[in-house]
Order: sequence, then structure tokens, then C-alpha cells
Amino acid sequence: MANLTASGASLSRQGLSDRLAAWGRHHRFVFKDALLRLFDTPLAAITTWMVVAIALALPIILYLLLNYAGTLRQDWDGSPRISLYLDRDVAEDVAGNMTSRIAARADISSATLITKQQALLDFERHSGFGDILNSLPDNPLPALIEITPLSTAGGDIQLLLASLQQEELVEEVVYDAEWMLRLFTMLELAERLTLSIGIVLAVGVLLIIGNTIRLTIENRRSEIEVVKLVGGTDSFVRRPFLYLGFWLGLGGAVGAWLVVQTSIGYLSGPIERLAQSYRNDFALQFLGIEETALVLLGGSLLGVLASVFSVGRHLSRIQPK
Amino acid sequence: MLTFDQVSKRYPSGKEALSGVSFNMEAGEFAFLTGHSGAGKSTLMKLIIAMERPTNGQILFNGENVNRISNSRVAYLRRQVGVVFQNHQLLFDRNVYANVALPLEIGGHRPSEIRGRVRAALSKVGLADRENHFPITLSGGEQQRVGIARAVVNRPPLLLADEPTGNLDPELSKDIMDLFLQFNQVGVTVVIATHDISLVERIGNRRIDLNQGRLRDSKWPI
Repeated sequence: MANLTASGASLSRQGLSDRLAAWGRHHRFVFKDALLRLFDTPLAAITTWMVVAIALALPIILYLLLNYAGTLRQDWDGSPRISLYLDRDVAEDVAGNMTSRIAARADISSATLITKQQALLDFERHSGFGDILNSLPDNPLPALIEITPLSTAGGDIQLLLASLQQEELVEEVVYDAEWMLRLFTMLELAERLTLSIGIVLAVGVLLIIGNTIRLTIENRRSEIEVVKLVGGTDSFVRRPFLYLGFWLGLGGAVGAWLVVQTSIGYLSGPIERLAQSYRNDFALQFLGIEETALVLLGGSLLGVLASVFSVGRHLSRIQPK
Repeated sequence: MLTFDQVSKRYPSGKEALSGVSFNMEAGEFAFLTGHSGAGKSTLMKLIIAMERPTNGQILFNGENVNRISNSRVAYLRRQVGVVFQNHQLLFDRNVYANVALPLEIGGHRPSEIRGRVRAALSKVGLADRENHFPITLSGGEQQRVGIARAVVNRPPLLLADEPTGNLDPELSKDIMDLFLQFNQVGVTVVIATHDISLVERIGNRRIDLNQGRLRDSKWPI
């Protein structure tokens, strides 16, 4: 009987360190308990994890592919080039003089001569049509001066193009800005599309996890009521659901990681071959440690965030009757 | 330790459950809260643990103003009041031990301390051998006693019981009433809501009687 005597609120007798220890104990307990409870209904847990995994994996894969397209852009030094195709019968020394003269112009940053021989070698190396060229009596390719203009502003470039057009011995002036511009616009479009898909799917993940938590709260309603009746604080009641959100997010992120790595393995062969055909030694990389950590962290954060929203909306409505 | 000062409670439906109720209880008192069903006994108990808020008047518990208590303080208020509910409010997915341990876990007690206190509370109510049973396998009287063990395990200064002998036979009722008297003997303030007048008269302690929300009679002691 002695140890059942009334002696005031037990809480007031606890020191701060005792309360911190109790707080840590409950966190550790709920951390494990939330995961174990998920395994009580494995089918529901796995379904949620798979949905979250797919929703996370899709934008990650799109992002990686875009990154790949981005390296193509980096390959190119960033400023548009003008190609000056010379008449076929221009001698090499004449072409060389012409290149020096053009390079000296104030409105040009650099000019490089690609002789007929170099053009032929390049073509043989990259096109795979070397045999056909060899069967021709002489080199059909013209010499070419590649020019990087100093300014790419619309008016400047038009003036430069017009003046180059006036040069003698020039067969054709080709300015590659237009298709580059189109490519970049397309890349930008794809980037924005990926971002919007990513945002939409992240919201989807929030809703999926939030809904799972809402159902769990509903299932544990009587438990919540009793805990509140015998003195459970709001944060005590909230804690299991925050950890549930964490586990749902983390499990989904692990699933997404598996999907992404598998997809990279599946896609890397064709992509490497494609890259090689563009003189690019790019290879699709598996997610490294940092990226893996980022995926797992992002997934868990989404889970906790979904839980915070859902718990805030649904838990306060449950009051003991 | 517990003071009601002109407390009224009107529900949104317009029904006035309590009107102008005033009484005072000293620490260590034992009182019955009587009245026909619907007289406001349950409402009065709900006001003490802030499950309901009064429409008018003041409730003081241990110097704290219960009707102005913030939502975040409610949990700490409830830790100082052990409540035995009429419908037991047990968790059916946990065994007897876990049910009784709940207030201590919430209070953040050390596991070794929890074990000792839960065992002591269960042996006090005569259920020491049932700690691994689930509530569904227990009789109504046993469930009631699990509820009592849970209410006292935290050693609260105030113990409320709502119809604790409601559906029990006289033998069991007497056992349970003896338990409450024992708690009172070691200093716990006890309030028991009941409509069992014969029981009240047999024990003969202070009686707070409600009739249609009004305090009709308060004897101290008989």
C-alpha cells in the first residue's frame, strides 16, 4: 500500500535530465514501434511504399537523362560558331592567309582553318563512309574556316555575316545559332517539364502518405482518446504518426533508389553507344553515395512533411468523449 | 484542493447540465456524488479533467484555474487526476499490464519503476496473475479493476470514479468500494459518482447531491 500513496503530481518530482531521458526513450520506442506496426499489415505497407517509389523514381530518372543532355551542351563551348566554306579550288596557303586576316578582325574572337585534308580525315573518322570517299578520284570536301564571333547580339552578328558574305573565295557562310537555339529551347522545355512532373509527383507522395496516416489515425482513434484521457500531451500522441510518415517516406525512397539503379543499368548500354556516336564519352552513372543519401533524405523528409500536415488536420479533431 | 464556484454548463443544444454549482473539497476527503441519471454527475466529472469547459463560474484544482487552463496544460492536469470510467476506457489491443502501464509511460517513468508500480497496482486490485491477459478475456468486474489500477498507478492526489459499481453484484461492489476506502485512508482525495443510495448510506461519507443540475444537499460529515 505504501507505494500507492498519493504524493502529488509525479511529473513535478522529475528533474530535467529525467524528462530528457524519458523523451529520448519514447522517441526510440516509437521509432521502432512505428516500423513494426507497418509490418503488421505488410500488404498495405508494401503497396504504399511501391506507389511512393514509382512517384519518386520517375522524376529522378528524367532528371538524370536531362543531365545527360546537359553534358552534350557543355561539350560545345557555349558560343555559336560561323562556318565559312571556301571555294573548292582555293590553295592551302591562300586559305591560311585568309584565316589570319579574318582572325585579326576586331569583331572576331578566333578563326581556325580546317583544310581539305583535315576535313577528309574528320569525315572518315566520324561518318564511317571512309571507303566511299577513298573510291572517289579526289577529295570532294571544301576547306573551311571556323569563326567564333566576339558578340552574338542580333545586330552585330547580322553585320558580321553580311561582311563575311562579301569575302572573295567564300562559297557559303553557315551560322549554326539557329538549330543550337532550338536545341537549347527544347532542353529548357524538358527541364521545366521535369520540374513540373517532379512537383506534381511530390505533391502526390504527400497526399498518398498523408492519406495512409489519416487512415491509421482513424484506426487508432480509441487509443488516441484513452491516451489523451490519462494525460498524454499532443506531442506524445503525434509522435508515432510522425515516425510512421518517416518510415513510409524512407521505404518509398529505398524503392525509388532500386528502380532508378535498375533503370540506369538497363539504359546505360544504349546511351553509351549513342554518346559515342556523338564523339562523347559520356556514360550514365549509377547513383553515388551522395546522391543516394539525397534520395533517402528527400523521401524521408517528404514523409515527415506529409505526416505533419495530416496529423495537424486530423488529430486535433479527436477528443475523448 | 477542489473548488467549484457558481459553475454552470450549458450544452449547445440548450440543455443546462449544471447550474450554479458550488462546493469545496479538502485534500483527503471522500465524497459521493449522487443524483438520478442525467442530473449532471458525468458533466461535473468531465469539467474537473477539462473534457468539457464550464459556461460560467470557476473551477480551482490545486490552486490552478481549470476553466482557463490552456490546451497544452490539460495533459498535465489529467496526470494529477486518476479517473475510473464507467465504460472502463481500456485498450483492447493491449494486455492488462500495458493498459495499467500507460499513464506511467506517458509520464516518462523509467521501465524498472514502471514494472514495480504496475505490479503493485495490479496486486492491490487482485489481478496480479492476469497481467498478460487481454481485457476482452476478463469479466466486467475484472475490467473495472484494471481501470482502477490504471487510475491509481500514477499516484494521483485526486481519484474520480464514475459509477464504479454500476453493473456489479453486491459482493463485488463492496470489494471495489473497500478499495476506494483504502486509497482514501492513505491520503487520496476520492469522489465517486453513483446512484446506488443504499451503498452511500451504508458508508455514510459526505454526499454531494445533484438534482437537475443543481446542488441540492451537501453534508459533511453525516
